[in-house]
Formats: sequence, structure tokens, C-alpha cells
Amino acid sequence: MKFGILVNEGPYQHQASDSAYLFCKAALAAGHQVFRVFFYHDGVHNASRLTEPPQDDRNIVTRWSALAESHGVDLVVCVAAALRRGIKEENLAPGFRISGLGQLVEAGIQADRLVTFGD
Amino acid sequence: MLHIVNKSPFTHSALDTCVQVGQQGGDLLLIEDAVYAAVAGTAVERLVRHALQRFRVFALSPDLEARGVAGQLIEGITLVDYTGFVELVTHNKTCQSWL
Amino acid sequence: MSEEGRTKKFMFVNRKAPYGTVYALESLEVVLITAAFDQDVSLAFLDDGVYQLRKGQQTKGIETKNFSPTYRALEGYDIEKLYVEKEAIEARGLSEEDLLVEVTVLDRQALGKLMDEQDVLLSF
Repeated sequence: MKFGILVNEGPYQHQASDSAYLFCKAALAAGHQVFRVFFYHDGVHNASRLTEPPQDDRNIVTRWSALAESHGVDLVVCVAAALRRGIKEENLAPGFRISGLGQLVEAGIQADRLVTFGD
Repeated sequence: MLHIVNKSPFTHSALDTCVQVGQQGGDLLLIEDAVYAAVAGTAVERLVRHALQRFRVFALSPDLEARGVAGQLIEGITLVDYTGFVELVTHNKTCQSWL
Repeated sequence: MSEEGRTKKFMFVNRKAPYGTVYALESLEVVLITAAFDQDVSLAFLDDGVYQLRKGQQTKGIETKNFSPTYRALEGYDIEKLYVEKEAIEARGLSEEDLLVEVTVLDRQALGKLMDEQDVLLSF
């Protein structure tokens, strides 16, 4: 089955991003496809390559990047939400790209299921 | 359809509204802070028992364990892990996150 | 413009008040884009979400954009299915006359039935 995922909250502040990641991992392990994760609202902060968590904490950003690398998951950051919050091409972590809200709508149309994680 | 609730029932109306709006025969999954609703002997147990008459009710076990409340669940609630979460999403035609 | 000519039923479930958080505004932005993709769009306002439609919003004093006129412009995008939770407006001492736009008032079970008929549910 083809999944689309929507993440509405930033990393470390809210569990939404962790829940979304663990859901994606389980879906991929079960043989499903996660074809896009769309980051909206404060969720755009998941894409910042300037993130530096303490060594004993998980690195939420590189974890997403690794998912893009290993499974070809399309990580899309909403351009309007990103610019509002200072996320730009120059501070984007690997695997992420900035695009419009149309990518979220397209995920809703193309995916068999769209699952939202937020506050 | 699958209803996903992630808010504590003690501070938010999400679970209450979800239970009133949701149609008979749906599935309800408690994740994140909503897992506190699955614990027996609280002020919201009545609401959850009402939910159990209308839906299949599930709770995400990693979230229960993280919060130290995995051992005292209301009877009738089924525990799932993330694999079970994925199965619930595939089993239902749509899902609504009650944020 | 729709992908492979497919039309799905999208419902936006709004349960948050405006201004306290950005969700209502950014939800509205998705609504407009979804309509541009020629999808079957409907909006449901539940719980505090009904405050999004309250008449008389004046945001000058909080130096924030008043986006409530956008709800009146939805008709121009062929978005005409606006549903409001009966229990929510009653609990908040509101009536249909207090709302910015024409809506269909439904009780919770009727709203739940509509939700069950959707292909995609989005909540922010």
C-alpha cells in the first residue's frame, strides 16, 4: 500500500515527528511504500541541517534523511511555512526539498492512505 | 474509519468529541498522551467504556510503556505496536487524527 | 489539473480557534490549493473551530492579519460545503447569525456520517 504522511510539528518540542518516523519505519518494514512525507506548520523545522541535539539524544533530522536515502522517501517541506520560519535551501538537510502545498494535495490524491501527525 | 487520538482526555476534548462523532463500528487508536485514557480507575473510564460499546479500541503499547502505565488497562482495549498501527491504517479506508 | 484526472473527497476538519495558533490560517491555505486541484472539498467546523467563522473579527490590536474574509471568498473557488457542529455552537452561546458565512448545521452523528464518506481527512 502507498502511504502519504503529514507532519505538523517541529522536532523535540512535540512527539508528533517521532511518532511519524516510527510509523514510517514500521510501514516500510511491512513492505508498504511511503512515497512522501510532507512537513507543514512548525513541522518544517524537521528539515534544518543546523540541528545539533546532545550526543545521548536521537537525531530526528538525520533520521529523516536516512529514510530518504535508504527507501527513496520524498521529504517535502512547505515553501510558505518554511520561509515564514527561516528554513531555506541553504539550511536544508540531505533528502529534503522545498516545494508548494500542491505536493500535500497530490499526496492526498495519489496515496492509498494519508496519515497526519501533529499537536 | 480509524480515529487516532493523541491528547490527554484530562486536558482536551478530542477524545470526547471523537467518541460522540465517530460512527458505530469504527476503530479508535490511542497514541501519545491519549494513552492515559486507557488506564483503569480514572475519571474518564466511563467515556472509554462508552467508546468500547461503539468502536474497537486500541492503545499504542510503546507510548503506554514510556509513560509507565502499561500494566493497568481497561478491559477490552487491545494493545498494538507500530506494526499494528500500520495494520489499522491499512484495514480502514480512511483515518482522522483528532489533533 | 488533477492528478491522472482523479477526484477525491477531501474534508478539512477544523477544531481550533483562530489567532491563538496558526493552524486555522494554514489550514485555509491548503483548502484553497485543494480546490485548485479540482477536488471535491468540504469543510467541517467542530469544537473551537466554530470560532473561525465568528463575525466581527478585528485583529488590528494584535498586529495579525485578519483572514476571516477568506471564508466569504470560498464560494468563488466553488467551495460551498461548509458544515458546522450543532453542539459546538450551542455550547458556545452562538447561533447561525453569528457566523460569517452560510453553513449547514449538523449534529455530531450526522457529521460523523459525512466524515465516513470521505476519501481524505485533513486536520491541523
